[in-house]
This record gives sequence, structure tokens and C-alpha cells, in this order.
Amino acid sequence: MKRALFSNIWLPVALLLPQLVIIAVFFYWPAGYAVQSSFYLQDPFGFGSTFVGTGNYESLFRNNEYLKIANFTLWFTVIVTFFSLAIALILAVKADRVIRGAKTYRTLLMWVYAVAPPVAGFIAVIMFNQSWGPLTEFFALFGYRFQVGVNFNDTAFAMILTSIWKQVPVNFIFFLSGLQSIPRSVREAALIDNRSASGRFWTVTFPLLAPTGFFLLIINITYALFDTFGIVDTVVKGEPGNNPMTLVYKVYVDGFRGNDLGGSSAQSVVLMALVLALTFVQFRLVERRIHYT
Amino acid sequence: MTATQKPRKRIRFSTVMDHIVLTLGALFMLVPMLMVFQLSTVPDAEIIQRGPSLNIGDQLDDNFVKAMFEASGFSGENTGVSMLINSFILGIGFAVGKIILGMMAAYAIVYFRLRFATLAFWAIFTTLLLPLEVRILPSYEIVQSLGMLNTYQGLIIPLIASATATFFFRQFFLSVPEELVAAARIDGAGPVKFFIDILVPLSRTMIAAMFIIMFVYGWNQYLWPTMITTEEDMYTLVRGIKQIIQVFEGTNLPEYGRGNLLALIAVIPPVLIVVFFQSWFVKGLTESDK
Repeated sequence: MKRALFSNIWLPVALLLPQLVIIAVFFYWPAGYAVQSSFYLQDPFGFGSTFVGTGNYESLFRNNEYLKIANFTLWFTVIVTFFSLAIALILAVKADRVIRGAKTYRTLLMWVYAVAPPVAGFIAVIMFNQSWGPLTEFFALFGYRFQVGVNFNDTAFAMILTSIWKQVPVNFIFFLSGLQSIPRSVREAALIDNRSASGRFWTVTFPLLAPTGFFLLIINITYALFDTFGIVDTVVKGEPGNNPMTLVYKVYVDGFRGNDLGGSSAQSVVLMALVLALTFVQFRLVERRIHYT
Repeated sequence: MTATQKPRKRIRFSTVMDHIVLTLGALFMLVPMLMVFQLSTVPDAEIIQRGPSLNIGDQLDDNFVKAMFEASGFSGENTGVSMLINSFILGIGFAVGKIILGMMAAYAIVYFRLRFATLAFWAIFTTLLLPLEVRILPSYEIVQSLGMLNTYQGLIIPLIASATATFFFRQFFLSVPEELVAAARIDGAGPVKFFIDILVPLSRTMIAAMFIIMFVYGWNQYLWPTMITTEEDMYTLVRGIKQIIQVFEGTNLPEYGRGNLLALIAVIPPVLIVVFFQSWFVKGLTESDK
């Protein structure tokens, strides 16, 4: 904390007030409202609501469709996280090693960071166009008829591929900056100890990158859970039907389209609990992270 | 860290491998966007017949005029220009709002002795925990009850209700040498003067980095604008993407060229900013999230 402080009383209050008012109205109020309405059953025609206790939660966990979506979200998150981290790590290690064209590669590998998820979904819709999409034609070479929006697995594949494409750049930036912060002396020492490049990678570089990796793991899980909304919505073209969807998309579909405020709020609260758990894990890992560096 | 002790041949081979892998990665990233560009240069009839190809057509300016100035949608109110303007308002409004509020709050927390400082600190930093997506429906109801649907305030302010910028500036202010405050006091500078004449100029790089990250974040918002803007003249480019796809699905002769060009226009401003201000952006990103 700073020792040389100003002792004005009203100025800091005035400085804090705008921020506090905005978070009170647009953060605490809606968050509290979500928790509250998760215990009520809303009349579909807007004539008041009845208290149902944990009823919304119970019907949620007894709902097969919800459990199926939760299951899909889990697999989706695991696959997207794993592949976007793995691809980014490989690219970052290579980009850290090359000398010629290093800057060009870096730019070409990171610009997708700025592409909005729904635009990524738009590209997937084009790529997998039923009659002339290049990727549809690619699969046709192997005699497989790829049908995004019709076949559950095909749609899931398109969503996953697009989500990975969109997330590799973020991971790449963090891995590369992690690699570049490894001191020269450590690299040179490793070079003397271990002649094989892959041996050096697994015994020296990888452990030193682990803190970055843990941190990115949480970032990627949050990404797959929430930020892929735009990809899911565009790939299914706004028509959920029997298509795969993630938990956040279900909150939107039930609450916004289905007008089921109570059920949707209960889902929101479940997601909040999930995020809080993740944040807790992150804090624990951040503590551990300090021991590494 | 190429191994100098190794035989020459081996180094060459691994370097070539590095370049092959990096080129494949770059193509994986680049090819989809090149395809979008190619599709926006050829006539729609050609796309319907044979899809993307290597042929660069001459329809770019035609499609540009259509995309930017011809009204589309159901009410005929959203042209590319109006969506572009809305996107800039959202991106810049969000970034500027977040930076100003964040700097003010961080200044109050770091430089003043406050009785309820700890409480304010926790009230603000709890907002880092829950993304807007998990409280989306109640947020919508509140904005609706405040009569802010289809307004720029309703679009921007709820997105600002989180503490990322405050947290970032707090970290930065804590790293500013304390002697500066003492020196400023001796020179007779009050807290307002110190903030405006010393702290803000010192934070220039940080402000730039934050601006880039926040602009891209605001520009790329999708779920919130989808809920809040129902009138087509309030659509942003990113919000309009789904509509383009739905129009593709619903018509016999979809205007692929125009749609692809709009998608390209939605991507160009944030990409240019990230590419041109790369070093600031990377610095801001890797340091703010720690």
C-alpha cells in the first residue's frame, strides 16, 4: 500500500461513485435478481409468480435434455481446451526458435484474436455449405456426406473446429510471452545438460511454462463455456432444434425465447456456481504459481 | 536457442521443420479469411454454381456499394454504414467508459485513505468473478425496466459493469514510485492536479494497451447487443452477422458476395488495430491477466 497518501475525504468518494453505482445497478441487482427468481415459478402470461423453493433446480436436474446439454458442454470444453492449448504450444515453441520471419509468423498467428466469435461461426457456415462448402467437399472425397445443422455430430465437429481456430491465437500469445521470459542463462545451462531438443523441452521448458499453462487452462475453460456463444448461435443458425448446444446457449433459449424466467435463472445460478468454483481453483493455482517464479 | 555444437546438417533439418509447422499454422489461420475475401469479389451466380475458388473477380466495388449503402433487413433501416457507425460507437464508448471509470476508481483506492476502502475494493473486485453471460436475463429485464432497450446507454453501460480496467490500473498505480506523491505535495500540487498532470501522462502506455483490448472486446460483443438491440438501425456489424446467415438460408438467390464483404468489414477494424499496435496489445494482454 502507498504510504504517501492524500487525506481528502470527498474526492475519493466522488471518484468511486460512478463505478459503484454502475456495478450496483448492472451487476449486483441482476445477480441478486437471478438468485431470487430461481426460487419462483413465473406465470407464462406475466401475472405474478409463485414461490416454489428449490423446485426449479430439482426439475432442472431431472430434465434429460438439460443433462444431455451439460454432458455435451463438458466434452466440448475438454476438446476445445485441449486442442487449442496443444496447437498453440507447438506453434509458440517453433515461433520462439526461428529467427528468420519471426515477426511475420507472430503476426499471422495472432490476428485471429480480433475476429468476433459470430464471424468465426459465419466462416464455418460457408466452409460447411451443403452444396459447395470446401470442407464438405473435402469430406466427400472420403465418401462421407457432411451435414452441418442436420447431423448432431457433424454440427458439433464444426463448432469445435471453429472454437479451436478462434482460441489458438490467445494461447499462442501467452505461451510465446512465457517462453520469451525464460532467462537466457537457464536455456544455456539446459543446452549443456541435455543434447536432445525434445529432452530439453520436457525437462526444462515445459515445467517452466506450467504456470502459464495452468492460468491458460482456466481462461480456456471460461472461453469454451461462455465466449463460444456467438459460434454456437451462428453455426446452428439460430435454430437450436436437435443441434448440440452449450449451457449458456440453453440459458438464452429458455429464458429469452421460451420465457421461462425461473428455470433460466436456476440455470444461471448453476453457471455462477461453476464460475466461482473455477475462480477458486484459479486463485489456488495463482498462489502456487508464485513458487515457480 | 539453436544448438551451435550440433552438426550443421541437423540444424538445417530442424529449422526447415520449424518453418513448415509455422507456415501450416499461419495458413490454418489465414485461409478461411482469404476465402471470405475471394467470395466477396465474384458474382453471386458463380458462388452458387461452384463455391469458393482461386478466381478473384471484379465484383468487389459492386458488393461494397451494396453492402455499405443499400438498406437490407425487414425495416430497410440497416445499411453497412449505419452498422459500422454503431460498431464504432460501441467499441469506442465501451473502451473510453471503462478506462475513465477504471482509472478514477483505481486512483481513489490506491492513493486515498478511505474508511470503507476495503469494502469498496471487494464490492468492485467481486465483479471480476461473474461474466455478463451468466446474469444475462435479469440484466435484460433491468435494462428493459429502465427503458434503455435500443439505446446506446443500454448497450454500453451494463457491459462496463465489471472491474477489469480498475484492477489493471490498480496494479499499475501500485508500481508507481511513492516519492512522486511526496514530491508533488512539496510542490503544492493537490490530488486533482497530481492525477491529471502526473499520473495520467505516466499511464499513457497502459491506457493505450487497455484501449486496444477494450475496443476489440466491445466491438466483438454479440450476445448482449443481440438481446438489447431489436431495432435494425441500432444493429452493430457483429450483431448483424446472424441476420446475414438467416437471409442466406431463406432466399433462392442469396447475396453471398454482399454478406461475405460485410463479414470482412466487421473484422477489418479490430484486426488492423491489433496488428499495428501489436507490442502494446501483447503487453497489455499478458500483463493485465496476471
